[in-house]
Amino acid sequence: MKRSTAIGLAAAGAVAVVVGGATGWSLLNGEGRPATAVSRPQAPPDPAKGKLVYEYWCSTCHGRGPGHPGTQSLEVRYQGAMPAVLEDRTDLSPEAVAYYVRNGSALMPFFRKTEISDADLRDMGAYLARDREEEAR
Amino acid sequence: MPIRRSGASRRSASLPRRWPANVEETQAIVRIANDTSIPIYPISTGKNLGYGGSAPALSGSVVLDLKRLNRVLDIDEQNASVLVEPGASYFDLYRAVRDSGAKLWIDCPDPGWGSPVGNALDRGGGYTRAQFRNHFDAHCGMEVILPNGELLRTGMGAMPGAKTWQQYKPGFGPWIDGMFSQSNFGIVTKMGFWMMPEPEACLIGRIYVDRYEDLSALVRILTYLENAGIVNGMPGLGSPLLQRRVPADPQSDAPNNASAVDQTVHDAFYAGDDAARALIAEQVKSTGRSCWNALVKFYGPARMVRMQWELSKEKFSEIAGVRFAEPEFYGFPLSDTDLEKIHKPTFGIPSLSIFNFGIRTPLRPEPLVGHQAFSPVIPRTGEAIFEVNKVFARIFKEEGLPLPPFNLPGCVWERTLMMICVFPTSKDAETNRKYRKALLRLIAESAKRGWGEYRTPVAYYDAVMETYSFGNHALRRFHETVKDALDPKGIISPGRYGIWPRRNRKADGAG
Repeated sequence: MKRSTAIGLAAAGAVAVVVGGATGWSLLNGEGRPATAVSRPQAPPDPAKGKLVYEYWCSTCHGRGPGHPGTQSLEVRYQGAMPAVLEDRTDLSPEAVAYYVRNGSALMPFFRKTEISDADLRDMGAYLARDREEEAR
Repeated sequence: MPIRRSGASRRSASLPRRWPANVEETQAIVRIANDTSIPIYPISTGKNLGYGGSAPALSGSVVLDLKRLNRVLDIDEQNASVLVEPGASYFDLYRAVRDSGAKLWIDCPDPGWGSPVGNALDRGGGYTRAQFRNHFDAHCGMEVILPNGELLRTGMGAMPGAKTWQQYKPGFGPWIDGMFSQSNFGIVTKMGFWMMPEPEACLIGRIYVDRYEDLSALVRILTYLENAGIVNGMPGLGSPLLQRRVPADPQSDAPNNASAVDQTVHDAFYAGDDAARALIAEQVKSTGRSCWNALVKFYGPARMVRMQWELSKEKFSEIAGVRFAEPEFYGFPLSDTDLEKIHKPTFGIPSLSIFNFGIRTPLRPEPLVGHQAFSPVIPRTGEAIFEVNKVFARIFKEEGLPLPPFNLPGCVWERTLMMICVFPTSKDAETNRKYRKALLRLIAESAKRGWGEYRTPVAYYDAVMETYSFGNHALRRFHETVKDALDPKGIISPGRYGIWPRRNRKADGAG
């Protein structure tokens, strides 16, 4: 095609560093922590918070009843072999939830960290996997 | 790559994203981009599915994600207006208005996860009264970061301490707001919108006609009623015989093509000759389904909407044999039963149910993985609807693609029609290539007939801008002059809507 302005990752990194210097705003991830933070102890995921995250971001498509395309599509896919409403599933792992949220599936788009932060995603994974974890205990 | 879904440009490999949380941080990024000549591509909620998603037009651009600027800054019930940031979604605005207790309705497009600011800037539309469903027209005042990092307020907002920023649109001097829609001249960080006060009632009327040739009169009368202010909600056209439902039918949220329709009937609608009309008449008789239907919506006091429906019926009665269904009448708040079955955006409620158009169904075991929309603006006549369908069908046939069902346009905008064709994106590269080729041909062939796109996926920006060529591309050259003056380094969204900065333009001036 006509244009391909090549800009390396190093240049992009420079932008972030200078911005931080200029405004006091560091290169942040979606949770307000430095992207380079290492081995910081994380609070355990909170399924109650995860329920709120799920209701805000997911239930408009995956909720119960008519008018929820995600649920409608899974109904056809599973044909009753598995619940079509994600909240009714007992086989979901936090890792599977995270995969679909960050990558999307079919018409479902991926969700960015500015939308669902990593912390929110961990909470939501814990919520959707709550029955699975109870079984494991 | 996920960013290529939904019609994004193949050039669109973006760098890691940066996430400001307020205007000052966004300004700082713009200044740095200017200092380093690195192009940035601002997005609001980053959806825009069907028109390119969050993908930049220029490979290598840094996506500037404004999602964290997500506040609803003001809700003024008496003025029926709001002031919002670009990262707030229609769901956010709906919740904020409800929580405030203000008796105001939002006007939203079908996907409620989008941004009122982003959608208005892309000149999207909704479903309620004309002055609100045209989202850009509904705005009143904006705040913009210019490419040099300066902050500009338009309209009355240009006056420090203005009391009427969300009351009077133009302010003083040239009204420049339009320059920040479908462009790359600045980054809008605040936008005011006028809202509809919650109506006492909504009445939905349905009109049925049986003859193929009745479409022209149906469209003519519908248009008159809307222009005269009698029909004040979004009207719609459908065909019961083809099982093409009216878009946004409050009683049917089921997608089109949920059940198969005999292709010979569609072929007859395309052909429209004597033999075809005879077949259609026979089908109308044998199935009991009418050939066409229209749907009209009225918002206002109960007594008034009933009167408007009576006046509309009188006018539609000019068509011989016209029939009317018993109107549906809605008061507010809606009952739980109504909420389960209605098309929510018709009632100012955001939803995501539109995505049932591409999900897995018994007739479509493999769901779509994306889509791109081809949306030319066409004249508001029955003749134009027939002609557009014939031209599009011929191109699909010549490109070796399955013949689409006979399509009816949307009546989103006043005085014109919009023929929205949704092209599926599949996992088969060859099929996708065929659709892209067909879409480019449709853009060019439509332009030859005077039909132009209102909006397009990123990959077709240049092809569409190429068709707006009056005066040896005077419009594009004007855009380029403005771009070079405001953004000499070309850092904001190069290529967006076919506007390229000097450093990215070819010698002949085209993008």
